[in-house]
Amino acid sequence: MKEINVALIENTIEKMCIDANYYLNKDIKYALVKSSLAEASPLGKNIINDILENAKLAEEKNVPMCQDTGMAVIFITIGQEVHFVGGNLTEAINNGVRMGYSKGYLRKSVVKDPLNRVNTNDNTPAIIHYDIVPGDKVKITLAPKGFGSENMSKTKMLVPSDGINGVEDFIVETVSLAGSNPCPPIIVGVGIGGTLEKAAILAKKALTLDIDKTNPNEYYREMETRLLKKINNLGIGPQGLGGNTTALAVKILTYPTHIAGLPVAVNINCHAARHIEIEL
Amino acid sequence: MANKIHITTPLTDEIISNLKSGDEVLISGTIYTARDAAHKKLIDSINSGENLPFDIKNTIMYYVGPSPKKPGDVIGSAGPTTSYRMDAYTPTLLDLGLKGMIGKGSRNKNVVESIKKNHAVYFAAIGGAGALISSTIKSSEIIAYEELGPEAVHKLTVENFPAIVVLDSNGNDLYTIEREKYKK
Repeated sequence: MKEINVALIENTIEKMCIDANYYLNKDIKYALVKSSLAEASPLGKNIINDILENAKLAEEKNVPMCQDTGMAVIFITIGQEVHFVGGNLTEAINNGVRMGYSKGYLRKSVVKDPLNRVNTNDNTPAIIHYDIVPGDKVKITLAPKGFGSENMSKTKMLVPSDGINGVEDFIVETVSLAGSNPCPPIIVGVGIGGTLEKAAILAKKALTLDIDKTNPNEYYREMETRLLKKINNLGIGPQGLGGNTTALAVKILTYPTHIAGLPVAVNINCHAARHIEIEL
Repeated sequence: MANKIHITTPLTDEIISNLKSGDEVLISGTIYTARDAAHKKLIDSINSGENLPFDIKNTIMYYVGPSPKKPGDVIGSAGPTTSYRMDAYTPTLLDLGLKGMIGKGSRNKNVVESIKKNHAVYFAAIGGAGALISSTIKSSEIIAYEELGPEAVHKLTVENFPAIVVLDSNGNDLYTIEREKYKK
C-alpha cells in the first residue's frame, strides 16, 4: 500500500490549472507553425501568426492565453494499491481548482445551476472522471475546457448499418456546422462505441492526447488522416475566415459497443487545446 | 491585404458607409463590454421601460468576459466570445442606436437584416488571442451589473484594437465569401 496525502493532489491540481492556461503545449505550437507555412489564405496565415504571438505574450507575461479559462475537466487514474490520507480526494481536487483559479487570476466561469444561473465564483465544481487500475501510481490529466468549442460538440446514436461512412459524415458535418464559432484551427476529439455517455467521455479524452503521437491502430490512424483532409477541404480556415487550416488534428478513441448500436461523439477544442498530465 | 483602416468612436454613419466586408481595422476610443447575462439584463431594462446604464447611440459593443486582472494591469485576457448567443437580443439594441459589435463567429438572419436596416457593422476579433488583444486596452471600468463578475458591463478605452469587418452595412458576410474560395 502506498500512501498519498491529498494535500499533494490539491497543490498539484492548483499548479496544473495555472500552467495549462498560461502555456501553449509544444505539440500544438509546432502544428500551428507548420500550418502557418502551408496556409493558402494570406489572412489565415496572419491569424495563425497572431495566435502564436499571443501564446508567446501569455508565456512571457504569465497570463492566460484566452480569457475563457474553461471548466476544469480532470481524468484521474488511481492505482488500486494507493491509499489516500489527510482528507477527501474529491474535495482536495476541487480545492486545487479553487486555488489555481484564484491565484492564477483565471476566470471563474461556472454557474451553480444550469437554469438559475449564479456564478460559484471559484470555478468549482470540476468535472472529474475516476478510473481504478492496477499498480501504485496516480495519473492526473487536466483539461480546462472552453465553451466556445464545447457548444459546437455533438453526440449521435448511429446504427450498425450506418458504418464507417455514416460515422465520417457525421464528424465532418459537425465541424462544418460549427464553422467559425469554435475558434479554428480546432482539434477534433472523436469517441466511437460504448454507450451514450461512454462515447462522449472518449471524445473528451481524445482531446487530451498529444497530437504529434500517432494512433497505434492502423485502421483508425488512416481514418484520422482521411477525416483531417476532408475537414480541411471545407474551406473554413483560421477563425472561419477562409483557408485550408480548419483542424490541426483528428484524434479517435474507441470502445466495445452493443450489437444494436454505433454511438459517436464529436468534441471540438479550440486552438489553445489545453491539456496537461502528471504522474505521482 | 490592404492597409489597416484606423477608426475612432463614436461610430458615425460616414465611418460605417466606408467599411466593407474584409477590411482590417484598428479601433480607438470608447467601447462597452456585454455578453450573455448582461444582454439579458439590458433587454429586461428596456422591456420594463428603464434607462440603459450607458447611452447606446453610435456605440460599439464588445462581446467579452475578461479574466481577472493581475495587480498593476489594466485588465486580464480579453478576447472575444462567440456572438450567436447574443443574436436573440441584438436587433432590439440595434433599433435603439447601437452601431457596432465585436465578437467572433457568424450571426443569424435576423441580425444580418437588422444590421442592414439600421446601417450598422459587425466586426470579428481573433478568438483566443486574449493576451494580445488586452494590450490594446488602456483603461477599464465597471459601469453596470458588477454582481455578474466577469459578465459585468465594462467601459473600455482602446487604442488600435485589431478587428476585421465581417458583416458590413450591406450585409455582406465575410465568413461565407471566404469559405467558398477555399472549399475543395
